[in-house]
Amino acid sequence: MSLRILPSGDRALLAELGGLEEVLSLYRALDAARPAGVVDLVPAARTIGVVVDPAVLPLSAAQAWVERTRPIDSPPADEVPVDLPVRYDGADLAEVAGILGLGVRDVIDLHTSSVWRVAFGGFAPGFGYLVTDHDRLRVPRRATPRTSVPAGAVGLAGEFSGVYPRASPGGWQLIGTADAVLWDAAADPPALLRPGALVRFREVP
Amino acid sequence: MSLRVLDPGALALVEDLGRPGWAALGVSPSGALDRAALRLGNRLLGNDEGSAGVELLLGGFAARFETETWFALTGADGPAELDGQPIDTHRAVRAPGGAVLRVGRPGRGMRSYLAVRGGIAALPVLGSRSRDVLSGLGPEPLRAGDVLPLGDPGAPVPPVDFVPVSAPTLGAVELRAHHGPRADWFTDAAVEAFHDAEWTVSAESNRVGVRLDPPAAGRHAAPLLERRVTAELPSEPMVAGSVQVSPDGRPTVLLADHPVTGGYPVIAVVAEASLDLLAQARPGQTVTFRRA
Repeated sequence: MSLRILPSGDRALLAELGGLEEVLSLYRALDAARPAGVVDLVPAARTIGVVVDPAVLPLSAAQAWVERTRPIDSPPADEVPVDLPVRYDGADLAEVAGILGLGVRDVIDLHTSSVWRVAFGGFAPGFGYLVTDHDRLRVPRRATPRTSVPAGAVGLAGEFSGVYPRASPGGWQLIGTADAVLWDAAADPPALLRPGALVRFREVP
Repeated sequence: MSLRVLDPGALALVEDLGRPGWAALGVSPSGALDRAALRLGNRLLGNDEGSAGVELLLGGFAARFETETWFALTGADGPAELDGQPIDTHRAVRAPGGAVLRVGRPGRGMRSYLAVRGGIAALPVLGSRSRDVLSGLGPEPLRAGDVLPLGDPGAPVPPVDFVPVSAPTLGAVELRAHHGPRADWFTDAAVEAFHDAEWTVSAESNRVGVRLDPPAAGRHAAPLLERRVTAELPSEPMVAGSVQVSPDGRPTVLLADHPVTGGYPVIAVVAEASLDLLAQARPGQTVTFRRA
């Protein structure tokens, strides 16, 4: 694991790692053993943000904690994936198949047979950037983003898949629709997809 | 006990000290931009420092106290009156039932805070009553006719006659800024220029971030903030105070409603203690970044 600590003001630091896998492994370990004073732990593509209350946990102590924490490479064996039923009726499904040189059926089969993991959030409350162990569904974002993508839209962009938690503008290629509630601020936890969680898409008519 | 909004002015939002702790799920901390001002208002009333108040943008606000209530105005410095009589800011004022408060356009600063004894008792979302304009969480922006419930008063109103506060400056706002996580993505000259230059607050600023315009051409060759590394940055965590530099070389200082991650390199991070000053900087005002 390559770890570099970067400064991020008087209440935060960034832990920079070699890639997404390392981020997930270290995030798993840090999240499992947060000392008092850690306010936020935010995984991203190559970095983990550690936000502290410096009156409780000084930044130097937070840095020492990050540096001595051993990453946990494998998820718990008994982990149950989040089941996400999807109607594969997205407006861009045929175009995605064309870009990938696959049939529409192949795209659906690949999407449902892959095991996805929530790498990080960030675009909107409850949105998860999902990754899998292959890049056979890698497609570029749409050249022109849509001004409105409906809630529940299932999309692909770059190495990621994701589900829009609510209607918003968006540039992802849309392949389907999920009815699941991805974000409910009154629920505990409010997000269905949390960083580190496993996800399986299941085709429904 | 309640407060009826007669005129929200440009923008009136319920804010407390925000909802830190949810960033991994894509939720910004949000909360009052001038935190010291909200805290002071609450202290003047014997409230919890984190009680919710109303953040007013450039005054123009009017409301009626439906029952007798103590309140305090803090933050931006400007005229205010209760039933037509001028009132002091930065002190606890008793409003009789039915009294109408009008907050005029401030002469200095951008945001005033109306703290009310007992706090605004709007429905909390994820532990906070703050309106987050980016994610849309928290109470809707206030509209004429809205009735805001007030909480139960806790401690008595403390007997404070006068608190010394320095009004927001009309001149250059001097901020402290730390070295950013991607300062090394910029040339040394760019980092120097960032700290040397007098930046101007753009009108395209809001609770998500303050956009800054570069100094008029002449002293510095464009682009001012030249990159050493031109690769695309994978999205990384942002904090309030992160100074992102977009590809055209313009910096944006992220504020409380910032996106939790962003893909532009951060050249510097404004010190926590300076963020309240930035909350009061008006479009057209000059901003400088001293090394923290």
